[in-house]
This record gives sequence, C-alpha cells and structure tokens, in this order.
Amino acid sequence: MISFENVGLRYGLGQEVLSDLTFQVAPNSFQFLTGPSGAGKTSLLRLMMLALKPTRGLVRIFEKNATEITRTEMPSIRRRVGVVFQDFRLLSHLTTYENVALPLLVRGKEETSYRSDVTELLRWVGLGERMHVLPPVLSGGEKQRAAIARALIDQPSVLLADEPTGNVDPPLARRLLRLFVELHRTGTSVIIATHDLTLMDQINARRLVLNEGHLQIYD
Amino acid sequence: MTDEPLPDPVEKPDDAPDQAAKRDTIAGGAIRYELRSGRHVVPRESVAGQALAIVIAIMAFLACLTLGAVISISDTAGRWQNDIAREVTVQIKPFEERAMEEAMDEAARLVAGFDGIEKVTALDKKQTARLLEPWLGSGLDIEELPVPRLLTVAIKAGAKPDFAAIRAALEAKVPGASLDDHRAWVDRLTAMAWTMIAVGLAVLALVLTATVLTVVFATRGAMAGNREIIEVLHFVGADGRFIARQFQRHFLALAARGALAGGGAAAALFVVLAVWSMISRATPQGDQIAALFGSFSIGWMGYLGIALVVAAIALLAAGTSRQTVMARVSQLETYGRIQGS
Repeated sequence: MISFENVGLRYGLGQEVLSDLTFQVAPNSFQFLTGPSGAGKTSLLRLMMLALKPTRGLVRIFEKNATEITRTEMPSIRRRVGVVFQDFRLLSHLTTYENVALPLLVRGKEETSYRSDVTELLRWVGLGERMHVLPPVLSGGEKQRAAIARALIDQPSVLLADEPTGNVDPPLARRLLRLFVELHRTGTSVIIATHDLTLMDQINARRLVLNEGHLQIYD
Repeated sequence: MTDEPLPDPVEKPDDAPDQAAKRDTIAGGAIRYELRSGRHVVPRESVAGQALAIVIAIMAFLACLTLGAVISISDTAGRWQNDIAREVTVQIKPFEERAMEEAMDEAARLVAGFDGIEKVTALDKKQTARLLEPWLGSGLDIEELPVPRLLTVAIKAGAKPDFAAIRAALEAKVPGASLDDHRAWVDRLTAMAWTMIAVGLAVLALVLTATVLTVVFATRGAMAGNREIIEVLHFVGADGRFIARQFQRHFLALAARGALAGGGAAAALFVVLAVWSMISRATPQGDQIAALFGSFSIGWMGYLGIALVVAAIALLAAGTSRQTVMARVSQLETYGRIQGS
C-alpha cells in the first residue's frame, strides 16, 4: 500500500532528519508511529501523504512510484488517504457538520446521500450536539474529534493520524482508538503517530519507532 | 488487538434541518457544491470585495464610454463624409479674353450633361462676395478684383459620376475651370474616423487588459489569504476545478456587479447627453456642438454594445480568476509541493 525504500529527508542544506527508511505499510494493517518529540514523526507522515518529496530514496503508494504520479492523478490518490492533522485544520467558517462532510462535498456527492452517514459519525464521536456550531467555539478535544471524523467519513484506504488523541481525556482517547480499530476492521490501513504509551498499550499493534531520524520496527 | 465491541452512541439524535442541498448555477452549468447552510467553501468576505467591484465598475464605465464615443464619432464622420461626397465644386478662374458669365453658363451646361448630376448652381456675385467677406470685409465690389467664381454641383444619391471625364471636359472647353471633388477632405475625414476608431479600440483593449490584470492580482491575493483552505481542500481530495470554481463564483458575482454599475452609468450618461442635445438643438451653441459631435445618440447598437461590454467584463473576470487559480493549483498538485502541512 505504502512502501519506502532507503528514503532520506533533509530540509535545505541541514542534516538529514530522516535517514535510510525502508518499510512497508501493508493493506488492512494497523500500526503506531512513535518516538520522542522532534524525532521526525510529522515529517514521515508528510512524506506518506505526499506533501513532501524525499531528498533520496523511493516512495511508492498504491503500487505507484510517487514521482510518477501526475497532477491529474494526485486528487484521486489523496482521496484514498485520510489525514488527521495535529493542528486539526478545520475550516473555521464552516460548521462541524460541513467540515466533516467536506471530503464528500468535493467528490460532488449530493448532500442527501451522505447526510445520515455524517450525522451518525458525528454522534459516534460525541459531536451530535455540536454539529451545527463553528469550530472556534469547539474545545480542543471536540476539534480533534471533528478532524478525525472528517478523515474517516469516506472510509479511506489509508488513514494517517498525527497525535489524534493529544487533546482528549483518556476515556475519549480509548473511544477514538476503538473507532480507528473499527475502521481498520473495515479494511483501512491505519497509521497513528503518537507518543502516548498508554494508548499504544491498549492494543497489540505494530510499532514503528523513530529515533534521531532512524526507524526501528516492532511487529 | 482487542475485540471489544464499540460502545453505543451516547448523544441524543440531532434534528438536522431537512432542507435539500441547494444548487448553485454559474456560467458552465449546475454545480452541486453549495453547502446546506448557504455558506461558501471559500468565504465571500475573504475575497477582495467592494474595492474590486468599484475598480471593475470604473473600468466598465471607461470601456463603455470609449465604445459610445467610437460609435458617435464614427456616425458623425460618416455623416460629414456623406454630405461632402454629395457635392462637388467647379471653380473658374478669371480670364481676360472671356466673359466670366459665359464661362459659367458653359461650365454649368457641360457638367449638367453628365450622368449622376442632380443640380448645378452658380454662385452669383453677391454670394461670392459674401463668401469672401470674412477675409476681405463687407462692401466689396468683386468686379474690381480678379476673383474666381464657383459652381456647386449636387450629386444624385448613390450616383458615382465620372469625375475624371468631367474634369477633362471642363479643362478642354472652359479655360481656367477646375473641378474639386473634395477627395482630399473625404480622405482626411476617413483617415480621421479610422484613427479615432483605432484609438478607441486601443483604449478598450487597454481597459480590458487592466481589468484582467486587476482580477489576476485580486485572485492571487484571495488565494494567498485562503491558502489554508486551499490546502485543506487538497488534502480532502478536491481537484483544481473544484477549487477554481469556489473562487470563480465570487469573482463572477463581483465583476457582474461592478460591470453592471459601470455600464449602467455610461448608458445613463449617453441618455442624458442625447436628451440634452435634443433640447438644445435650436440654440446656436447646441447646433455647433451637434455639428461637431453629432447628437450623442449611440442608437440601439450602442446600448447593445454596452450590454456586451458588461457581459464580456463579467465573464472575463470569472475566466481570469479561474485560469489564475488553475495555474496556482496545478503547482500544488505537483508531488511534494504542499509546504504548509
């Protein structure tokens, strides 16, 4: 699904922040990406979501060499990758409902065809009462749940989540984790970047550990 | 992994509004991208608003004014050209060995014999003296001066007399006679009319270019201001056309508003000028202005032209913003080019 071969990344003329990364994200797999702050977790996620190009090495996504993906193919590739950003990236002028429905809206789907799905998912993540309010009035945890719901709504092939439980209390973190697990059961490959050991201990999943730009994998 | 079942939803059902998704129609067909709250994915307030509409209104006003002026000048020049072309002059210089009156009669007879001639009028001594009055003063006795005499020849409408043959016949049979078909004047007027039209079209082109550039800069500004929204749209899988449409709809609405205001103001100005010109027709001042500039009436073609300019400016603005967004978005669609994530 996603494979990295000897991938290295440096910003400008600085030192490599990621070195010799070789790993695969298999279809329908579940893994945590962890490591200390500044280890390069977000950079690695950005490489996986094709927002960054590696300085060296080969990135393949959906059996396609990333450098061979044309501009016209890029939107369809992105539609198969759900992303939860650490800073949520909700559109502040749209309601929670509209933010979550955005991936379906841009695909040109009729609102009547997805209304019940969006409403159901919002209730599931505990935002049923907040679906018609604007993000600025949501708490950090609520924003995070809205961002997660937006990434899940179209059942992506791959879900990349950057600290998705960073702003929620432990019970809600467990609840969200179950949501990711449920998504994984339906066939999505899930990669969760986190340094929350308690969260990782809750399920027995593969761990990709980044340390000083190098990757160790614990299957 | 745990096989723990997912908990049931805890929240009460929300009574979501049951209104159907609104449809939005812009140039290019029905688009299913309206949010049910009526909000826009790219907020209207984030796109340069009032100032851009005013700039476009001014541009449209100038463009329509130029178009009206071109039409008015072209009409006036055409009328002058027509008036002059329907009359030629025969001039007879005085010769001692021949009586002037006889020469004039012979010339008049000769010219009247050609096809396409409606009427030949000889200017008598009084009329000739009146013509010279501005230069030589009143009370002139032209018998004492060797003054050339004139015959005005009216040409039938649509006829094209053989001026070369008339000229040759006059020179052969009436010594001192020459024919002036006003060709030089007509040529100058034609050249002037074309020059004015060319200048008008150049001004029109400049105004439209300035409009395009204004919209390009405004679109770039709007895109810079909405960079985060564009990136989010990208990550959720929006393609360039979807993003371009979000900006295009704003610019089409803004430009249509501005162009309508500008075009409307120009049309109103022409109506006022035409009414004023009609009211002051009998006055000397009004007649002078009418002789120079015509009646300021641009006719239905002129108003149609203004409507077309308004539509062209609105569509041009929408198209320009679309192209600008598409150019920028296609850069973003390149692998590894999104920097803000």
